[in-house]
Amino acid sequence: MLRYTLLRILGAIPTLLLVIALAFLMVHAAPGGPFDDERVLPADIEANIQAHYHLDEPLPQQFLRYLSGLLRGDLGPSYRYHGRSVGSLIGEAFPYSLQLGAMAMALALVIGIGAGTAAALRQGTVFDKVVMGFAMTGISIPVFVIAPALVLLLAVKLQWLPAGWSGVTGMSRYVLPVTTLALPQIAYIARLTRASMMDVLSRDFIRTAYAQGLGTATVVRVHAMKPAMLPVLSYMGPAIAAILTGSVVVEQIFAIPGLGESFVRGALNRDYTLVLGIVVFYASLIVFLNLLVDILYGAIDPRVRYR
Amino acid sequence: MSGNRSIRITGSLLLTVAIVALVGPWASPYDYATTNLENILAAPSLRDMHLFGTDDLGRDLFVRTMLGIRVTLLVAIVASLVSLVIGVTYGALAGFVGGRVDAAMMRLVDTLYALPFIFFVILLMVAFERNFLLIFVAIGAINWLDMARIVRGQTLSLREREFVEAARLTGVSTLRIVFRHIAPNLVGIVVVYVTLTIPQAILVESFLSYLGLGVQEPQTSLGALVDAGVKHMEGAPWVLLVPASLLALTLLCFNFLGDGLRDLFDARHTS
Amino acid sequence: MSLLDVQGLTIRYGEEAVVDGVDLYIERGESVGLVGESGSGKTQSALAILGLLPKHALISGSIEFDGQQILGASDAVLNTLRARRIGVVFQDPMQALNPYLRIGTQLRQIPLAHGLANKKDVDARVIEMLASVGLPDPERQSRAYPHELSGGMRQRVVLASALIAEPDLLIADEPTTALDVTVQAQILDLLEDLRDNTALLLITHDLGIIAGYCEHTVVLDGGRLVEQGPTTSVFAAPGHAHTRQLLAAAPRVDRGEVPVAAKGSTILSVGDAEVQYRDLTAVRGVSFSLRRGETVAIVGESGSGKSSLVRAMLGLVPMSSGRVVYAGAPLDETVERRAKSARRDLQLVFQDPASALNPQMRVLAIVEEPLRVHEPQLGATERRQRVVAMLDDVGLGEKYLRRFPHELSGGQAQRVAIARALILAPKVLVCDEALAALDGSVRKQVLEMLRSVQEDTGLSIVFISHDLAVVRSISHRVLVMYLGRLVEAADAKTLFASPRHPYTRALLDSIPVPDPVVRPKRAPLRGEVPSPVNPPAGCVFHPRCARAGDGCNSKAPVLRDIAGTRVACHYPES
Repeated sequence: MLRYTLLRILGAIPTLLLVIALAFLMVHAAPGGPFDDERVLPADIEANIQAHYHLDEPLPQQFLRYLSGLLRGDLGPSYRYHGRSVGSLIGEAFPYSLQLGAMAMALALVIGIGAGTAAALRQGTVFDKVVMGFAMTGISIPVFVIAPALVLLLAVKLQWLPAGWSGVTGMSRYVLPVTTLALPQIAYIARLTRASMMDVLSRDFIRTAYAQGLGTATVVRVHAMKPAMLPVLSYMGPAIAAILTGSVVVEQIFAIPGLGESFVRGALNRDYTLVLGIVVFYASLIVFLNLLVDILYGAIDPRVRYR
Repeated sequence: MSGNRSIRITGSLLLTVAIVALVGPWASPYDYATTNLENILAAPSLRDMHLFGTDDLGRDLFVRTMLGIRVTLLVAIVASLVSLVIGVTYGALAGFVGGRVDAAMMRLVDTLYALPFIFFVILLMVAFERNFLLIFVAIGAINWLDMARIVRGQTLSLREREFVEAARLTGVSTLRIVFRHIAPNLVGIVVVYVTLTIPQAILVESFLSYLGLGVQEPQTSLGALVDAGVKHMEGAPWVLLVPASLLALTLLCFNFLGDGLRDLFDARHTS
Repeated sequence: MSLLDVQGLTIRYGEEAVVDGVDLYIERGESVGLVGESGSGKTQSALAILGLLPKHALISGSIEFDGQQILGASDAVLNTLRARRIGVVFQDPMQALNPYLRIGTQLRQIPLAHGLANKKDVDARVIEMLASVGLPDPERQSRAYPHELSGGMRQRVVLASALIAEPDLLIADEPTTALDVTVQAQILDLLEDLRDNTALLLITHDLGIIAGYCEHTVVLDGGRLVEQGPTTSVFAAPGHAHTRQLLAAAPRVDRGEVPVAAKGSTILSVGDAEVQYRDLTAVRGVSFSLRRGETVAIVGESGSGKSSLVRAMLGLVPMSSGRVVYAGAPLDETVERRAKSARRDLQLVFQDPASALNPQMRVLAIVEEPLRVHEPQLGATERRQRVVAMLDDVGLGEKYLRRFPHELSGGQAQRVAIARALILAPKVLVCDEALAALDGSVRKQVLEMLRSVQEDTGLSIVFISHDLAVVRSISHRVLVMYLGRLVEAADAKTLFASPRHPYTRALLDSIPVPDPVVRPKRAPLRGEVPSPVNPPAGCVFHPRCARAGDGCNSKAPVLRDIAGTRVACHYPES
């Protein structure tokens, strides 16, 4: 297990490097700099600015400079917010996104796994069909349709919940954004859990377990749950990416000053260091979380460790 | 719903939507771009032939919605084809060659999986003036990864199957093995996953349009229409409801169709 | 009152009855064998007794266990019977054990569920049970995962799980089918030793096992019970045609005609073959030759390297050293670089017809493909005629031309595979366990077909099998392999009459004989085939060998000739 974990960690390093390089290249290949649309600057000032941001150096050197900065936790200065570092901008915005994302993920896992398992055990019943109908609808309706619909109904018409974030304190402001963000993931995880649970329940060792006189609850808890969770675990990577994507919309709709919102603003402002910083930050986060998922996978499936 | 029935129902629904979207605008006296500021946000009515009402510039929403469906479907289908071509080629190559090449190719796929792709796409859209072609390519580039993984896994297992060994032994050429023995066994799974890629592509396209990064006015798509609808959902809910429900319907149909095809395909293979 | 009393049991799925009016009684302590070919309803009946049939099965009749009606009983009632009163062993131990849980964790659920132990003493009970099924170091092994154990050890664990709650009836459904024959003998011994007063319902397709271990025999055919009675009388005087057919198709390793050695010239020879996969040597220094019109059998258990040997011979996997000579000329190492004529002359039939036929091609396309490659001048009609003629030869008619593989039964599919291999009129046919997946009666037909093709055309056959009984009736010569080495080679007649190598002797003794008069021998070998990654030093067989003596653990024996038999052993039987 230790060997497996170490191998996984070592394997993540080149992935991370590649991701950073790709992001760096893409950002630098984009035409148009952050200062293009400002008034035309005298050549020497232009050169000064270029030199200040090291834009006059050859690309490989810029990349190495960026990497060494990364190692020190320095993501560079923002092009737009003068005097602000990208790191501090991210540090300010990320907690909001983290709260939203973590709550949405927790909600999605609890409800999705619960509903999926229940549906698998009641295969073909009305309950199963209702759950799966909801789930199919859930994966088919985009976040930006769900969000305004919920706002229209729960905030505007019924006035149960606040429609936005600003000026509101307390937990009530989380309800709508978290629900919106979680709904598609609940649907997806429920479908995945049901399919995988049904697959596991049809395996021979489950028949053996029943033949040993174990009740359904014990069979599911002791024998079926672990293997049925493997596909769900594999889906965690894409789920995290999906929640990050969703947060871009949700943060806009509910006016939450999170990282998704910063990203869109940064992109529109051509604040490339900020944009690059966020991409690198999110990519590292995803690589790191995928690493955790991999290690967890090895802990659940003893056969994987030996490969 | 049983596989075959759901395929029939969703298939014909999609066909109907597509045909209406193609033919519908001809039957309407309006076009998608002409504004009429004297008749903005009108409710749907038969009298003046604004079947779905008008938008905040007084443009006919029926014609615009039909246009939106066309654009959305076109983007999604072309993007899915792009992902099909890249994914199948890449996956089949990795699976067929195997060994170190396969390991390296799959390592790259794993790496790309870890990228927050949508952020790159947003960046692309902002940096390079939004153009139609780029939307296809960007969406296709996101979705080919799943296809590559699936095709690679399938090819790898097919390559080990004994009927391929039998063909090798007899002297069947590699080309013929690929086209006669491996490719036909990939078709089923590829069709299923293309069908399931289309709704994902639609989602990405609407997402971009919703952020204002997709198609440009006066052109439109379902996502752009939803975006416009959200602004007026309180006073004129139909401006949101019509495109939103059509978008959801289309996505539902493709998802059901894909599920149905997968069931059919699985049943074939287990019997 | 019988312990188990089944009356008029009928199981339907939709319109189709898979079990049709079966009556079955088992007395306390009695052993009953349930025998039948695939699709005879054996397993379905067993699942019905345990109340484990799927919900959509329509069941009628009556199943009483110790006075308790099982059909229609609630799960709560069934759960008091399962394991506690009726234990069960399923076929494949890899599938029957949960791969994600430690063995001890799986076993401890059973006494806990039945209130036979509390959390404190349950582990002691599990370890005691594991010790009694012969698991070495049970305390450590109880923390192992199933994949860390060998096949035989896994089946011992399954047996432990079936017996830990001390049931009155043990149902064993093909308990040894997935195991090597020397390990099968050990498990059957263990079953017999541990059973004590537990009644046994043993389900199998192998009449040898029934004859050796069951007092009573029940024969099923197509879901119907066709015959039952004391095992001795069923075998001595079978009353039903189907029973007679089963008995006639059951091969015997201990008696019967052995084909006389063929006299043709050598057509193919393999010299000093070695096959290496990364860090394991699958085949080491094997040489043999094949004459025209001769059948050579290569026999061995899992890990013997028999499949790797022929695959290397055919050029499908690379040979790390050695040579193949066909018709006097050396053949290239990989099949793609061999001359067209040689590829045409060497053909292969696989074990699993389901995997050997392309599911997307019709029978016509499958069988004609070799013709397209080797006789491109043929038109479609001529090709079709040749295919039809070939199908006729293998006992299939023209009506099969348009079928897809999934529309064929196992036997039909294997005939199609044979037709594909024979359509180019090859000189050498390699059958890699080609009959292993077939029912006895079908196997017999295919064997006879191969024999008649050989008589008509002078075909040479390399016949790979783990089953010496099947080999006996068709082989002129037999090679025995163990852990990648050739340990004995002789004419079939000599080998079956006087085996020299202790491993050959053990293989012969391990095979159950379908005759209740012949008492089954105790398992002749201990342990299991070691991993080829790390083979024992000296003679690779010595850790399991009863005759092992000085030098066996240090010096590898070389093949030497003793009265016409080539044998690699320091202390061969005389």
